[in-house]
Amino acid sequence: MSSIDFLVQGIIRAFELIFNLNPYIMSITGVSIKVSGTATILATLTAIPLAFAISFLHFRGKQALITMVNTGMGLPPVFVGLFVFLMIVPVGPLGFLNIVYTQEAMILAQYILITPIITGICIAAIKAVPQSIIETVYTLGGTQNDAVIETLKEARFGIITAVLAGFGRALAEVGAILIVGGNIARTGSVGGIGEGLSQTRTLTTAITSETSKGDISTSIALGLILISFVLFVNILANYFQGRD
Amino acid sequence: MKLIRIDNLYMAFADKEVLRNINLEIHQEEIFALIGPSGTGKTTFLRILNFLEKPIKGDIEYNGMTKPGILDTRRRMSLLFQTPAIFNKSVFENVAYGLKVRGIEKKIVETKVNEALNIVGLDGMEKQKARTLSGGEAQRMAFARAIVYDPEILLLDEPTANLDPANVTKIEEIIKRIKNERGTTIILATHNIPQVRRIADRVGILLNGELIEVNSKEGIFSSPKDARSKAFINGEMIY
Repeated sequence: MSSIDFLVQGIIRAFELIFNLNPYIMSITGVSIKVSGTATILATLTAIPLAFAISFLHFRGKQALITMVNTGMGLPPVFVGLFVFLMIVPVGPLGFLNIVYTQEAMILAQYILITPIITGICIAAIKAVPQSIIETVYTLGGTQNDAVIETLKEARFGIITAVLAGFGRALAEVGAILIVGGNIARTGSVGGIGEGLSQTRTLTTAITSETSKGDISTSIALGLILISFVLFVNILANYFQGRD
Repeated sequence: MKLIRIDNLYMAFADKEVLRNINLEIHQEEIFALIGPSGTGKTTFLRILNFLEKPIKGDIEYNGMTKPGILDTRRRMSLLFQTPAIFNKSVFENVAYGLKVRGIEKKIVETKVNEALNIVGLDGMEKQKARTLSGGEAQRMAFARAIVYDPEILLLDEPTANLDPANVTKIEEIIKRIKNERGTTIILATHNIPQVRRIADRVGILLNGELIEVNSKEGIFSSPKDARSKAFINGEMIY
């Protein structure tokens, strides 16, 4: 079999797996969305208030916090994975949580990875709101809370872009969740392929394991789903950047 | 009757002196024009009055209060910038903003906004996206936004600087109407001498951060006390 035939057969089989809603593929997709979605929601809830606090308030340690956010934007995922793993192993400071090789651990790792990214982009979006808008709120009798609300409204498309960028990063991430999640699927074959249903296996970690096993069609199917999601998120982000 | 009293006001940014030794009284229901060349400190002066800048030295008394509360005092005035900042909302929502932050009832907001839009000649444009307005319309909308809550003091920073003659005439008519009908005290920063002749009651000349003369409109144009005032008014001053 030539390499082209091998690839074509792999793609055909991949589409069959997707359109037949193969339970193994669907469970992996579900875990990916659940883990990345939850991490994005939690990171957003932290990042937006943090970005506004940094932009509007003067407090001790503000510059150190900005430096931490900037550093955090470029954190290597495997380092975050290792750090979270060392925190949550039974002898670690968070060992009592008993979350090693669980989705919660993966959410925690992704939360640490994407919170600085969302915060940094939010700060940039807030800074892009003209100072004259904020001053106009004050001149018209508004309070600092009114200024924050108005800035949030003016920067909304930039903030949505930040959240989407965080979600995209979480979805495509592999190193950290591989370490803390363990890439586990329940044993037993479902539909003749894969290893059953995903427990902590995501689209990215599954691609690495399926490829190493030589199951190219499953890898291609997972890759197609992953790239569709990332593409969709980027189209949305571009749309909102355009609105901005 | 005096509404604002300013004593020994001094302001600098970094090492650059912007205002020095300003002593001034603003009377109720007058149009006080603060004139002077560009970059002489007029905008900073208005920003200080509106608490957007904190002076390095000096006292400002509003209505006899030496230490007025910022929010309460600010809510009794309005500052209109040379280039108005427009919220990404409809004309109605922009104009209603000052009332909304004061928690005014919806029905009253509607009446007040319509009244303000009528004064500036923008009736029927309530639903339009404010950022699609022309320069003149945007300035008039900002004017409506500034007067909708009946401020006691209106601070105007070069309100007609970027407008065509027709819009300049409209804005000047609105200024006079606001003063006559509502008794609003207006402080107008401008370098437009003919405009000062048309609408001001009293005039102060600010030169290099120093208030060199305060006089009635008639006094400043017919018999200025300071030779530099005369030179500025006659357009003989090079700056």
